[in-house]
Amino acid sequence: MNALAAVPPVRHTIVVEAPREHAFEVFTRGIDSWWFRDHSIGTEPLKEVVMEPREGGRVFERGIHGAECDWGRVLVWEPPSRLVVSWNIGGDWQFDPDLAHASEYEVRFIEEAPARTRVEFEHRHFERHGGAGQNIRDAVEKGWPKLLAAYGATAKAA
Amino acid sequence: MAIFERLERGPLSVGEIARNLPVTRSAVSQHLKILKDVGLVASQRAANRQIYRIDAEGVAGLRDYFDRFWQESLQAFKQAAEKSPKEKSR
Repeated sequence: MNALAAVPPVRHTIVVEAPREHAFEVFTRGIDSWWFRDHSIGTEPLKEVVMEPREGGRVFERGIHGAECDWGRVLVWEPPSRLVVSWNIGGDWQFDPDLAHASEYEVRFIEEAPARTRVEFEHRHFERHGGAGQNIRDAVEKGWPKLLAAYGATAKAA
Repeated sequence: MAIFERLERGPLSVGEIARNLPVTRSAVSQHLKILKDVGLVASQRAANRQIYRIDAEGVAGLRDYFDRFWQESLQAFKQAAEKSPKEKSR
């Protein structure tokens, strides 16, 4: 591996066969409908994922007994075209309210046709996270097979 | 994160990193220590000075994790969004 490699953002583009307003709606208010259930950092089993639909809104999980655990904040709220959310969870899987320690993801919704939306996704500034080293590597090794299995099950059920 | 961005271009000594930065050399050293503690930066001694570089394994691991995480999550989002687009936009 090139030890000098820069840390580029994670970028993905997908095309959704749905109107732009709907795509934005499902990504934000509907986040609970597609979020992988085992991607949770709370002390209780995950009941729901909530994104408050406004700038400054909280993004958090709620456990089955009502305990809430923050994940980030809505930094930019421009329906139906653009969304920026901070990711305040570092390598130790704890919420850190300091935005200087948070990465962020931006989602752009671009209308390609009345019922087709191109979604451009970018998660950037990973270097702001402390504790990135061993904890994340452990998580990748232990957590990924589990996530893949969950995705397989979701895809089949849909 | 000016220090980290400088190191993205290649390994540097503390003096080289501090050059043209509006902070003291000791502040740079302190910042480097934090980056090193969390596994984002590594150092080695060369010709009587410490040379700092990005710890590619630590940072790339974090990035790789999110790359795969979002790839799968966005597919799940796409499926959810395509389930009933007409009902919502009616």
